Amino acid sequence: MSEPTAVLFDAPGPRARRRAFIASVVAGLVIAGVVALIVLRLAERGQLDAELWSPLVDPSDEQFDAVWQRIGEGLLVTLRAAFFAVVLSLVIGLALAAARLSLGRVARIPLIGVIELLRGLPVIVSILYVDVLMRALDVYQGSVTTLVIALTLYNSVIISEITRAGILSLPKGQVEAGLAVGLTRGQVMRTIQLPQAVRVMLPAIISQLIVILKDTALASIVLSQIEDLLKIADQLGGFLDNRLQSYFVIGLIYIAINLLLEQLAKLVQRRMSGQGRRRRTRASTAPDAEQQTDTDAADRTTGTRP
Amino acid sequence: MRKTRSAAFAATVTALLTLTACGGDDASTGAEGEVAQPEVDTSATFEAGTTMAEVQEAGTVTIGTKFDQPGFGLADLEGTPAGFDVEVAEYVAAQMGVSPEDIEWVEAPSARREDLIANGDVDMVVATYTINDKRKERITFAGPYYVAGQQIMVNADNTTITGPEDLAANPDVKICSVTGSTPAENIRQYLASPDQLVTFEVYDDCVSAMQNGQVQALTTDNVILTGYVAENEGEFKLVGEQFTEEPYGIGIEKGNTAFCEFINESLTEMAESGAYEEAWTATAGQYEGTEVPELPELDPCA
Amino acid sequence: MDPVLENLGLFASGFLRSLGIAAWGLLGSLVWGTVLAVFRISPVPVLRAFGTFYVTWLRNTPLAIVLFTMAFGIPAVGINASYYVFGVVGLVLYTSAFVCEAVRSGVATVPTGQAEAARSIGLTFSQTLGLIVLPQALRAVVPPVGNVLIAMIKNSAVVGALGVGGDLFSVYNRLTSAQGYAALPVLTGVAIGFLVMTLTASALLALFERRAAVAR
Repeated sequence: MSEPTAVLFDAPGPRARRRAFIASVVAGLVIAGVVALIVLRLAERGQLDAELWSPLVDPSDEQFDAVWQRIGEGLLVTLRAAFFAVVLSLVIGLALAAARLSLGRVARIPLIGVIELLRGLPVIVSILYVDVLMRALDVYQGSVTTLVIALTLYNSVIISEITRAGILSLPKGQVEAGLAVGLTRGQVMRTIQLPQAVRVMLPAIISQLIVILKDTALASIVLSQIEDLLKIADQLGGFLDNRLQSYFVIGLIYIAINLLLEQLAKLVQRRMSGQGRRRRTRASTAPDAEQQTDTDAADRTTGTRP
Repeated sequence: MRKTRSAAFAATVTALLTLTACGGDDASTGAEGEVAQPEVDTSATFEAGTTMAEVQEAGTVTIGTKFDQPGFGLADLEGTPAGFDVEVAEYVAAQMGVSPEDIEWVEAPSARREDLIANGDVDMVVATYTINDKRKERITFAGPYYVAGQQIMVNADNTTITGPEDLAANPDVKICSVTGSTPAENIRQYLASPDQLVTFEVYDDCVSAMQNGQVQALTTDNVILTGYVAENEGEFKLVGEQFTEEPYGIGIEKGNTAFCEFINESLTEMAESGAYEEAWTATAGQYEGTEVPELPELDPCA
Repeated sequence: MDPVLENLGLFASGFLRSLGIAAWGLLGSLVWGTVLAVFRISPVPVLRAFGTFYVTWLRNTPLAIVLFTMAFGIPAVGINASYYVFGVVGLVLYTSAFVCEAVRSGVATVPTGQAEAARSIGLTFSQTLGLIVLPQALRAVVPPVGNVLIAMIKNSAVVGALGVGGDLFSVYNRLTSAQGYAALPVLTGVAIGFLVMTLTASALLALFERRAAVAR
């Protein structure tokens, strides 16, 4: 049970426990009832028929191998697009954040303008824009490149905003100390501010990565040539005449990847925060001076340290 | 949604099996029957500088077509399209000395056809492409090579809708078509409110929507509807007369009169040699209720 | 920009339609998202489990899949309604998962002493939450929820692709493919329309944040 939950109600006594139990049963029955109704209706209309599912889930089905080969190909396109978009967004995002904070009051106005524009556009419009522009300028490099560029444009701006918030949250003394020992402003940014900001903002950055992965799916709505995971779901659903089922299975794949990403993120985060704490203790600075992350707190309470 | 599209289903199996077989052979297993390949004219000579000469020199041609239109251009899972549009395009390409396997196919969805041509991404577009004046501002049309007409398809037991005129009188009826298509625009004038029109990216979704009761009618060119009626035995029927004329043209770069004239000559030849009729019967003509068309009178290339 | 000026009426009606989708989505996601957040911190285990499952599921699924499941899944269980309704419901179901998390994290910022004090004077869970914690959480909740809702306005562009039609984004397809206008100016018009919505929303949010900050 997480901390806020525990504070909101008393440790339940016998009566409260009984009430919670009754509420649980009622809620459980309602949820089970709705699920059962849906399943029943779907079965009635033949949506649960084996022939609709077997090409997707039954390895002995003659189409199973071909279907999953296609899904594998689509998955590869999605992962590749997401990977490049993530790496580019991180690099450009950090650079943008540094630039915005280093530039003078006037010099950063155009930069802020561009950032606000890109942030305000729906990703689906950005993708189409990049597509149309690249074709018009005769530099079209294929749909995956289009998607990567569009996602990078949008997400590097978001990541730069996240990082900027992180940098601003750092104690002023960090910069002053850096300058005092003779580092240039650029060096202070690179070696002192950015590394700490990234650590503080890691959870936000990670959840942005999941957003990027999900946003790759938007490409299949507006780019006809791309064959990402969602487009494959479209194609399979059209060819096998089982759109609902195909979408369900592909949806599960997206969820699985995202959950994996989340676990990975938690691992990385625990590592990094663990390191940070050790270093802090050695330097004997005031404890808990900075923002603690979720897992940080969890670490302390459960005592699990990497 | 019961085993309604056995034809498409069989095609999938073929397509998927070809995939697993890792087919290195070039046999295109399209959804439609295969026609004898057009004879490649290797002896033709063209004036230097024309598109034909450039294509002949390169030995390849890039053609845009639909990938989702049964009977005209329907791609298998590998992205090789088959259909009447494809046959016509292959015939024209052959006249420039390019054999079908050297054609590079590009999907040309309704929304992108003019851009594909104007940006020079493709040499021509053969994609159920209705000739109209607005489009002529940006591109030039050769042809027409076929005249379709818009019609309405409803569930077999529907008796309220007998033609486009009945739509306004029944404001509860929803009619489906494809986003940004000419039929979707044409039907608007018959509706009581714009909310009566539902649009999806592909016709497949419209058919699903009809089957699950979300919409009561589907409208587009008669040849496409005939395909759905045939594939979903007894479920749907066409009602009313064709209420528009949709001459299908071949879209090319604006002002390329020489290429336009060449395509028109090729079309005439195709009709005279019987290849036109053969191509039709092997593709769109396979659906019940279609008649073998004659090559319409060609527009002058201006 | 001629294509935009010639079809100003179409753009205007598309803009209004998108605004309508966003407004309904906003209302729905705020309500359902808060309910979900309450589920997730309630003393009833089944509700907590349901909340967790819901948020995990919806937050990790691409919006297009959620919307598609609405458009074709709900009729498949025998419920027919307009695609506009399905689109809005899909948008709400998706967005509320994010609203829920934002609200929950806001609740976590209220000092624990507040809830403890409330309990010690005998308030129940719903009283503690409704009278003490949520009102105080509001301030911390505004920025993240605001950002979620601005993201939702942008996501409403996807809704139009699934059968709704008549919205700002579908104006693009209508003008370019059916009527043959050049893509770039039309798309620019669409982009401006969305920017008007999102930038206004951002400005309102900033204003609201400033007032909330003063009230502290």
